[in-house]
Amino acid sequence: MSGTTTTTTRAAGPRTARSARSGRLSAQRVGALARAELTLLIRNRSALFVVLLLPTLMTFSLRSTAGQADLSGTGLSVGTAVLPGTVGMVLLFAVYSNLVGVYVGRREELVLKRLRTGEADDREILGAAALPSVTIGIVQSVLLLAGGALLLDVGAPARPDLVVAGLVLGLLLTATLAAASAAFTRTTELAQLTPMPLMLATFAGSGVFVPLEIYPDQIAEICRWLPMTPVMDLLRSGWTQQLSGPDTLRALAVAVGWTALGAYVVRRRFRWEPRR
Amino acid sequence: MDAIEVEGLRRRYAAGEGTSGGGFEAVRDVSFSVREGEIFALLGTNGAGKTSTVEVLEGLAQPSAGTVRVLGFDPCAERAFVRPRTGVMLQEGGFPSELTVAETARMWAGVTSEARPPGEALELVGLGGRTDVRVKQLSGGERRRLDLALALIGRPEVLFLDEPTTGMDPEGRRDTAELVRELRAEGTTVLLTTHYLEEAEQLADRLAIMQAGRIVASGTPEQVVAERPSRITFRLPAGVSPERLPLSVPAAVDGRAVTVRTYELQQALTELLLWARDSGLALEGLQAKAASLEEAFLEIAQAGNRPGQEDDRAMTEVRA
Repeated sequence: MSGTTTTTTRAAGPRTARSARSGRLSAQRVGALARAELTLLIRNRSALFVVLLLPTLMTFSLRSTAGQADLSGTGLSVGTAVLPGTVGMVLLFAVYSNLVGVYVGRREELVLKRLRTGEADDREILGAAALPSVTIGIVQSVLLLAGGALLLDVGAPARPDLVVAGLVLGLLLTATLAAASAAFTRTTELAQLTPMPLMLATFAGSGVFVPLEIYPDQIAEICRWLPMTPVMDLLRSGWTQQLSGPDTLRALAVAVGWTALGAYVVRRRFRWEPRR
Repeated sequence: MDAIEVEGLRRRYAAGEGTSGGGFEAVRDVSFSVREGEIFALLGTNGAGKTSTVEVLEGLAQPSAGTVRVLGFDPCAERAFVRPRTGVMLQEGGFPSELTVAETARMWAGVTSEARPPGEALELVGLGGRTDVRVKQLSGGERRRLDLALALIGRPEVLFLDEPTTGMDPEGRRDTAELVRELRAEGTTVLLTTHYLEEAEQLADRLAIMQAGRIVASGTPEQVVAERPSRITFRLPAGVSPERLPLSVPAAVDGRAVTVRTYELQQALTELLLWARDSGLALEGLQAKAASLEEAFLEIAQAGNRPGQEDDRAMTEVRA
């Protein structure tokens, strides 16, 4: 833009440094906002239950479902059937569903509007709100994977890189989709409902409760295009190495594609203040 | 360069946005400027377009038409240059209710460059003793004080205050007015909206009155008031016909109650009192009042609310 140079000269003087510093993404600002968000999470008992306990509780129900399923011919053990699902639970409950509530709640309290009057950038505001949940999600996933691998006797993953890729993409995806879902959620009450479609689709079609391997091929193929399926496939493949090279690339592309779509929706549709 | 420049500002809400169902133009061709170090008050009834105007200046909304400059910059496109130098107090707080006062101030200091220490900002507004109280337990007035403290945390050059004293007790309003005056003394430019007309009259160097999205009167408080007639009211003694009134200016008579509007208060009053003495009449409830900002404001508001009144006619009437 041609205005940029004149802008800089106009801001000459002692204020220039102050202004320029405010223009870049700032770890200090994100830190201050994330700290406040963490305090709020700790003071919200029901959110704390969803974030800290629900994924672990759900893991036990995964274990019993997998124990009853007929895994013969799928090449899976109970362990490799359950482990990716535990991360799926963490991503859906601790990150996705929790963050929809956080974004909608802050918007309805006019906190987002107030923050936008300050120096924080939009990405800093949304990112900082997600940071506590995402951090807890990482710690929880690592603990559940390590504990599960020990208890279910699956050992260390053969391809840890795929596990890391699945976890990182899963966190980015669920956090972005949470902001996108918040764009279509008018009230905090509705924030209990709007996460349902993705959660149910993920439970049924992304291999959280039952691995896609036991579905007919055509249905499994359709399910591979769901947002969370590539995340689950990447995680599982870390142990089973079931994805071929092209399949791995496709899984990465589908996950990135959904994240990009979510980010686009956030840019275009995210509301920073309540509808009145 | 003026601190705030507004030229031909329009703000239209798309259908489905805001309160009304269809498209609605909340700000219609508004222009004004605020000089550096000046206190400028934007007045108007609810729905006149004050907040819609201020939100554009704060960079929260894009104008539908017209240009807006704050410290020479576009508050939306060049926000990185504007934000560190402005402080904003929204009409409604917007703080997480479960944080304490101190935690809220610390958060805000963390997103503000060259911020005052949070404690200092809270002391400024008299919340120094309430630091460990959760925001949800604060009174309405205390929340406004907290909001003001955060608006001041970055030592802003330009301060936007949207109804800063609404919900405050008289002491809070006095403290706030005092603080705003001190800030002006330090060179801060202040744009404020308020419902309290005497507050605007006492504080503002200049003001503008908005009605249905337009500015219908502006100037110093004295100028705006000077455009309004003074008023004499009294009751006619029984049996005295209104026709006997001596006044060269027209009087409105309602039963026995008489109201005289005049730009020449002293002359009209002298005429009236001499007539009453000569006729041996006692004028009950006699009052003579120079125009106040409140009267000016109410008259403008009533003119706008008259049924069948076109906006443009309301405007010419006020200017006449």
